[in-house]
Amino acid sequence: MSAAAVRPDVEGASARRLALSHMWVAFALFAVGTVLGLYQLLEREGLVATSAPRYYQSVTLHGVIQAFVLTTFFIVGFGYYVTATSLKRPVLWRGLAWLGFWTMLAGTVMAALSIASGRSTVLYTFYPPMIAHWSFYAGAALLLVGSLAWTVITIAMTVRWKKANPGLPVPLPQFGMTANAILWLWTLVGVVAEVVFQLLPVSLGISQTVDVGLARSLFAWTLHPIVYFWLIPAYVTLYTIVPKAAGGYLFSDEMGRIVFVMLLVFSLPIGLHHVFVDPQVAAGWKLVHAFGTFLVALPTLLTGFTIAASLETAGRLRGGRGLFGWIGKLAWNNPVVLGGIFALLLLLPGGFGGLINASYAMDSMVHNTAWMPAHFHLIFGGAVVIVYFATAYALWPKLTGHSLHSSSLAVTQLWLWFLGILALTVPWHYLGILWMPRRTAYTPYDPGIVERWKPWGDLMIVGGVMLILSALLFVANLWLTHRSRAAERETNMAYADTVDPVLAVPRLLNGFTLWNWLLLVLMAIAWSYPIGQFFVLHVHEALPWGGH
Amino acid sequence: MHIHPVERRWAWIASALVVVMAALIVYTAVAMGVHPPSNVETIDSTRLHLTPEFAEDNLGVRREKDGRVVARLVMTRYMFHPQEITLPAGTPIVVRAASGDVVHGLHVPGTNVATQVVPGYVSEVHTTISFDAVSKIGVRNADGSVTVGLFCDEYCGPGHQSMWGRVKVTPP
Repeated sequence: MSAAAVRPDVEGASARRLALSHMWVAFALFAVGTVLGLYQLLEREGLVATSAPRYYQSVTLHGVIQAFVLTTFFIVGFGYYVTATSLKRPVLWRGLAWLGFWTMLAGTVMAALSIASGRSTVLYTFYPPMIAHWSFYAGAALLLVGSLAWTVITIAMTVRWKKANPGLPVPLPQFGMTANAILWLWTLVGVVAEVVFQLLPVSLGISQTVDVGLARSLFAWTLHPIVYFWLIPAYVTLYTIVPKAAGGYLFSDEMGRIVFVMLLVFSLPIGLHHVFVDPQVAAGWKLVHAFGTFLVALPTLLTGFTIAASLETAGRLRGGRGLFGWIGKLAWNNPVVLGGIFALLLLLPGGFGGLINASYAMDSMVHNTAWMPAHFHLIFGGAVVIVYFATAYALWPKLTGHSLHSSSLAVTQLWLWFLGILALTVPWHYLGILWMPRRTAYTPYDPGIVERWKPWGDLMIVGGVMLILSALLFVANLWLTHRSRAAERETNMAYADTVDPVLAVPRLLNGFTLWNWLLLVLMAIAWSYPIGQFFVLHVHEALPWGGH
Repeated sequence: MHIHPVERRWAWIASALVVVMAALIVYTAVAMGVHPPSNVETIDSTRLHLTPEFAEDNLGVRREKDGRVVARLVMTRYMFHPQEITLPAGTPIVVRAASGDVVHGLHVPGTNVATQVVPGYVSEVHTTISFDAVSKIGVRNADGSVTVGLFCDEYCGPGHQSMWGRVKVTPP
């Protein structure tokens, strides 16, 4: 079909506008967050003026931006677009969607101003009884509450589509997005309870003390599944966009569905592994959650196989022969494909490190050392964010109607990011093995201790510089595409076809009712005592302390 | 529903991998008693100095009547009390720590002493220090002992980086 033929604009301009608005907020602030990251590296190595308050303020803003703002805005924007294009329907309740956007933006601005004021230097992980100014929690709450609009719209559109198409499989991209919307609702329960019932009342002076154990359990409830909330959209891209961009087919639609269901069910009841060395949780409960943590490695192992197999179909269609010949034939010059390849490569060491952290007692060796931030920068900043880049490169021409400003610049940008992430996180992991504690503004310790760390900290700066260059190239490319006048020929979104056509799938892999009931049971088992104990123990609540 | 036979085989291999790893963790925990610190013991952090155990003159390292070596520490923004302790290598040691204000982290490099110190609770870690392990990363003293850092490894406020002390480890 030529570009001049009728273009059924089924997803509607509204989905494109929603997607662009959300994603621009995400990526603009992402660039700011990257600059903060480089500042922190330089400050810690003493290459710019050292200032502990400014360093921790920067860490707070960097964490809030990259973990909450980049992710939530990207996911909601991408989500609307996937829903509209895969179901071929305009976004339902557009007023609600925009209300959600403005609420999220207002919350982001409020939290950012609160951090900038210097009264909310509590890091993005909160850690009561350190208490920030109330505007920090209120801002964070608005950001989260605004995203609820997206969950409601996503789930409602899936339900309506299923009613209109009885017996037909929900398209895989939308199945993944619906899983993520449901996951997000479950995830939010913990942190919202902590903010509403504990942190806001203390920060407003309504309560005088805070139950720290309860707060840490509630935060741990959220802390693990939130990571999968960030990951699932990346998997949607890997399963449904990358194989097509590579010129191949998705190896298995059903395995994708099984993976999305597993991510939803397994990632929720395991959060206690974040408090493995906390004194207020008994060993047995930690062991139960450790066991569950291993189960959540399974969907990622399956995904690695399915995506590699999908890429193989593409490599062979492009003339690749032999056991490894297809690898060289892949479209390495296509940014969407390259992002997918890099993500798979980074998931390997990242996942390996994660298994070490999950290992109950072995975690004591690396807990709160530099190993931890190294781990999540590798697996989130590396594997997940690189797929966000690939997604943006796939979507920008369709969202703006202009062809990508420069594909080769995009390829350069991805190489810079991939190598930059390795240059940053390999020495960082090693610093953890050298027992360097995480999150210190500088290292005023005995020279014999600090000397060992110094060369590795310096190496990290090389990675930091590469990452900031890469981030700026990325945003510039999107901006120039947006402002370009070169019309994109194909603005309709099409997702990857599967090797075998999917005509029907079992009901269990086409909906979430049973899985939600199962989750209710699992969450009751996993959390009723670890949360409930604080209401029966003789707990001494703590006095609040300022974050400054 | 069709899952490709190769994919099915991989699913079995992946599941087996996960089960074996999880089983190893459960085995070391249950059979060998390897657990992270988890004693669920409450204390009123605003009155630590009034308790017999964490009163100032009881802090530091003591050999109890039953022969156990117990190190007691209080952690407050941005100090360890006491700031320096001496521990014997090759001897079972109990470290007990409590926070007087916010959440801190207690961390002795080269050992398994890593615990969050949460206000309202006593953190307890059991350890036997390997002199070889601390020798590799510590600073050797003239008397043959080795000094390693004693770090707060949880962000506890704008002076967090200055919250540290020293552990002198004597050879067995």
